[in-house]
Amino acid sequence: MSIDSSSAALHPRVAAPPATSGEPAAEAPADKAGRSLRHIAIVRASHWTMAGSVLGLLVTGGGILISHPRLYWGETGSVATPSLIDLPLPFIIGPSVSNRPFHFFFAWILVLSGLVYIAGSIATRHFRKDLLPARADLNWNSIAGVISAHLRWRRTSTDEAWTYNVVQRLAYLAVVFVLFPGIVWTGLAMSFGVTSVFPILATIVGGFQSARTLHFVFVSLLVIFLIVHLAMLCLVGFGSHVRAMITGYIPQRRSGR
Amino acid sequence: MSRLLTRRTLVTAGLATAAGASGLGAAIHLAGGYGLIPPDHGGIVGIGETLTYSAQRLLTSGYSLAREFKRSDISKIPIVNGPAPKDDAFRALAADGFKNWRLQIEGLVARPVSFSLEELRRLPAESHIVLHACEEGWSYIAEWTGVRLSSVLELVKTRPEARYVVFMPFANPKQTTGDVRVLWDNIDMADALHPQTLLAYDMNGEALRPDFGAPVRLRLGRQLGFKNTKYLSRIIVTDRIDLYRKGPGTWYGGI
Repeated sequence: MSIDSSSAALHPRVAAPPATSGEPAAEAPADKAGRSLRHIAIVRASHWTMAGSVLGLLVTGGGILISHPRLYWGETGSVATPSLIDLPLPFIIGPSVSNRPFHFFFAWILVLSGLVYIAGSIATRHFRKDLLPARADLNWNSIAGVISAHLRWRRTSTDEAWTYNVVQRLAYLAVVFVLFPGIVWTGLAMSFGVTSVFPILATIVGGFQSARTLHFVFVSLLVIFLIVHLAMLCLVGFGSHVRAMITGYIPQRRSGR
Repeated sequence: MSRLLTRRTLVTAGLATAAGASGLGAAIHLAGGYGLIPPDHGGIVGIGETLTYSAQRLLTSGYSLAREFKRSDISKIPIVNGPAPKDDAFRALAADGFKNWRLQIEGLVARPVSFSLEELRRLPAESHIVLHACEEGWSYIAEWTGVRLSSVLELVKTRPEARYVVFMPFANPKQTTGDVRVLWDNIDMADALHPQTLLAYDMNGEALRPDFGAPVRLRLGRQLGFKNTKYLSRIIVTDRIDLYRKGPGTWYGGI
C-alpha cells in the first residue's frame, strides 16, 4: 500500500531504515525480468481468500442485521425494550433465515484461511519482518507525519514500496490481532452451543446482546479500514498494487500508475 | 510460462484435487459413523453447516449446559413470534384448557404412548431460566417448566437405532399465504437427551399461553428460538436422516 516519500522530508525519522522491519529491496529475490518479490505466496493466497469471505460475510451479515437493525447491551433486547442504537436501516423480517447459512459458510472460510495465514506468517517471519514497527518509528511525530502526508494525498516513491510505513504496520497488526479476533470472538459468543462450553466468551463482554453489538462495532471498524485501504490503493496505484498482490511482483520500473 | 510447466501444474492440481476429494469423502464417511453429519450436508451451504455441526458436536459432546440465569433476570416482556394457530381443532382444545389434548409419541419406540396434559404434569418436573434468542437477533430470558424429554423417551423406550426426534405442531393456516405452513422440525439424539431439553408446559410460573406454544412446546437450552417447536401434537422417533424440514434456513441453524 502507501509509502510516502514526502513524509521523510518532513520528518527525518521516517526516512531512517527501520530497525526490525523491511527486507532491503536489494535482497528481495528477483525473477528474470528483473522484478522482485513483494508479497509471499501465503500472504497473497490468504489475502484474496479472506477478501472474498469478508465480502460474503458483509453481504450476508447485512442480510441478518436488517432483520432486526436494533442493537442492545446485556443479555436481552427486543422491540419491547429500549435499544442502545437504532440503526438507520430498513427493518425487514425474513432475510436472516436465508442469509445465516451463507454467513457461516463464509465464516468458516475466513477462520480457516486466517489460521493458515497466521501459521504461515509465523513460519515465514512475515509478522516480524513486514508488520512489526521499528521502535524508532513508534512516536507521534512519525505517525502524524505519515498521516498528514496521506491526508494531503501525497504519492509514494517506488523504492519505498518495498516496505510498509509505521501507520500501515499498526493498522495491519490491529486488523490481524484485534479486529478479526474480536469479530470471531463476538460471533462465537452469540452461539448457544459454544457458550455452553465456554460461557466466559459471552459473560466477559456483558452478554449475548453485548456480543452482538460488539460484533457490529468490530465489523464497522473493519469497514472503515477497508475504505482507507482502498483509498490508499488508489493513491499509490491501484493496478500495480493489485497485480503485486496477485502475482507477487511489482515491475521494477513503473510508468505512471 | 512454458507448455511443460502448464501441463505439470495441471496434472499436479488435478492429482491434488482428486486426493482432496477422496480424502474429504473418506472423512465424511468416517464422520457420518460418529453422528457428525447433519441432514442438510449437501451443496455449498452444506459445507459450512457440516463444519459447524460437527465442530459443535465434538465440542459439546459432554452434554454441556446452556447458561442459566437468576429469577431477577427474567425479562418483563417476552416476545411472541408467530401467534397461536387459528384452526378449529386447536381453538376447540384451547377453549377447555387442553383437557382433550393428547401428545402422541410414536416411531422407533417399544411402547408408543399418548400423554394427556395432566399425565405430563404428573411426571417429574424441572425448571430452567435460560436465554431465548431468535435468529433475527432479539432475545429474552424466561423460566420454563416441564418434563425432561429424555424422561419421556425413557418411558416409551426408544430403540437403539433412533437418530432423530421429529416434533409435529398443530397446523397454522394463518402463518402463510397459500399453503398451510407447518413449522415441524426435528432434533438429533444429542439434543433430545440433553438435560436442559424440556417438554415445557409452564412459562414464568404460569401455564404456557397459546401464543408461546400452548399446551406444550419443546425447549432446548442450546438452540435458537425456531428449533423450539410450539403447540406440539405428535412426536416421532426416527432413524431417517432425510426426514427434516427443508427451507431457506439450515437444519442446525448454524450456531
